Amino acid sequence: MKNLKQSILISLWFIFLTFPLMVIRVNTVEQEVEWRWMNMAFIGVGTFVCSYIWRYLMARKEKGGNEEESKISWHQTLTTEKKYAIPAAALILVIAFIFPHIVTEYRINTMISALIYVVLGLGLNIVVGLAGLLDLGYVAFYAVGAYSYALLNHHFGLSFWACLPLGALLGAFFGILLGIPVLRLRGDYLAIVTLGFGEIIRLILENWNEFSFGPSGIANISNPTFFGQEISRSGGILFIYYLMIALVIFTIFVVNRLQNSRLGRSWVALREDEIACQAMGIDRMKTKLAAFALGATWAGMVGVIFAAKTSFINPASFTFLESAIILSIVVLGGMGSILGVILAAFVLILLPEELRAFSEYRMLIFGASMVLMMVFRPQGIIANVRRSYEYHGLDRAEEAK
Amino acid sequence: MADKVLDVKALTKTFGGLKAVDSVDLDVKKGEIVALIGPNGAGKTTFFNCITGIYTPTEGDVLIIPPGEDPERINGLKPNKITSKGMARTFQNIRLFGNMTALENVMVGCHCRTKANIIGAIFRGPSTLKEERETIQKSYDLLKEVGLTEFVNEQAKNLPYGAQRRLEIARAMATDPFLLLLDEPAAGMNPQETRDLDELITKIREDYELSILLIEHDMKLVMNISDRIFVVDYGKKIAEGTPREIKDNPAVIKAYLGED
Repeated sequence: MKNLKQSILISLWFIFLTFPLMVIRVNTVEQEVEWRWMNMAFIGVGTFVCSYIWRYLMARKEKGGNEEESKISWHQTLTTEKKYAIPAAALILVIAFIFPHIVTEYRINTMISALIYVVLGLGLNIVVGLAGLLDLGYVAFYAVGAYSYALLNHHFGLSFWACLPLGALLGAFFGILLGIPVLRLRGDYLAIVTLGFGEIIRLILENWNEFSFGPSGIANISNPTFFGQEISRSGGILFIYYLMIALVIFTIFVVNRLQNSRLGRSWVALREDEIACQAMGIDRMKTKLAAFALGATWAGMVGVIFAAKTSFINPASFTFLESAIILSIVVLGGMGSILGVILAAFVLILLPEELRAFSEYRMLIFGASMVLMMVFRPQGIIANVRRSYEYHGLDRAEEAK
Repeated sequence: MADKVLDVKALTKTFGGLKAVDSVDLDVKKGEIVALIGPNGAGKTTFFNCITGIYTPTEGDVLIIPPGEDPERINGLKPNKITSKGMARTFQNIRLFGNMTALENVMVGCHCRTKANIIGAIFRGPSTLKEERETIQKSYDLLKEVGLTEFVNEQAKNLPYGAQRRLEIARAMATDPFLLLLDEPAAGMNPQETRDLDELITKIREDYELSILLIEHDMKLVMNISDRIFVVDYGKKIAEGTPREIKDNPAVIKAYLGED
């Protein structure tokens, strides 16, 4: 009842506020005032509904807050119990395999970009989600990967397969390069420096014409070959699609293993408490550098694939907005949660494609959904659950799953 | 000198014009429980931070003598280096890794005694797997030692207060120290928990043949378990001796209760 009254009050207040804008219109041609009473009704009803739903959800969130922690959520069962995990993974694999054969080329292309963002998200997840180092310049490593393939291919004719590991290595190298000066920084300061780093890389690419061909970019980057065989254009897209699927699986595998290793634990410890982490004998510098380098490795690798996919790159593909989107994928998905990041990447990359009909409202919907997420699920779509260990007998301990 | 494990000589730490620790001498012998006491703001925690590497001492020497090894000066070394040399600590305000499970907290403590690297983590070779199993086993045993087996997979931040304190001790123990530094381990505990802690500290010393240096305000605990007590006030050492000597020392009474 109280909610209802509040919502009515709010809608009245909005009607009053928007009255001059939405209802009155002076027609300067006919010299008369139009009264658009219908708009007033729309605003009233709209605000009322929105505000009521908002209040209802808030109330539900407060009530259901404790309930959620006790019960094991579906994604946990899905990822930890072998009985469900294997069929689920198999099903996803089959779908992923069939997918390009039943949809249009355009959709395969958007799917490839979604997969690219999955890998980028998982890479950044190491830096931001696990080690807790807020990196706003992640796209720089992506650019490093893309340009390393483009330039090496242009000048030396190096093939895609030679450049893939090279791009990864260069990414890692630049990760360390960024890591060294920012070792002492954390939180907001780190965010600003990484943001600057990202911009520096972009500006270099844009202005150093002799090196990177400036804003006009590099065109005619060769497509990947398959065991030395040239592939046709449509075959090439299919090839890159499967390549990305393989890379995603590889990334999940590696990130998952890293997460539950000695190194992964020290990253989380670093995120949780830097002083205690050092007092436990963890070398802060090494751990941070490892996080930056490994995170950047994925960006470098995926950058190579991106260059091969589009066969044309220029600095405009590596703006701050890209970093922001990758970061939103990590935050929205749930810091440190692999499944969450994958879901978020699909939502954030595929949804705007589906929303093309509302093209001018895309960013608005994007922003609104982010705000809603932060209010109702601040821990992300799927919160990261620390792995649990089980004991068999007193003298033999074993990992449970 | 022979059986000392920690020897601090004329340690001084100044912050600007303030002498937080003023030329303090302190030593801990093998297998001993030594307490460092003093009124609030006397410089006890600063002293701890100086010897564990969080602060660099302004003057003086901090020497550690790991059993069976030569003395080593550790002034200005990084905290993680000092820990790996065998001196582990807990914190006055609990500093656990809140979002990790109790077991993982202890496993992090094993970090400087294990050596799996990135390659090992990704490929999980036999040696990595073995090390991982041993780490889990050792951490589990330590949790058993401090009586936290029921919380193994519980997030550290959800543990009861007393359990968090004990988990901190278990985590410090995981670094295989020869000297354990406890910064107010009984702070905020009720009398029952303090009694349990009393037993735990004595038990740890016996089971692991440790030396322990602790800061504490709970006089009952200090008098019960310490072999020797050092008293500091305004950064200066004002007394040292056995609990009995300290109890009757006029300078200590003056520092705690003031003059009439």
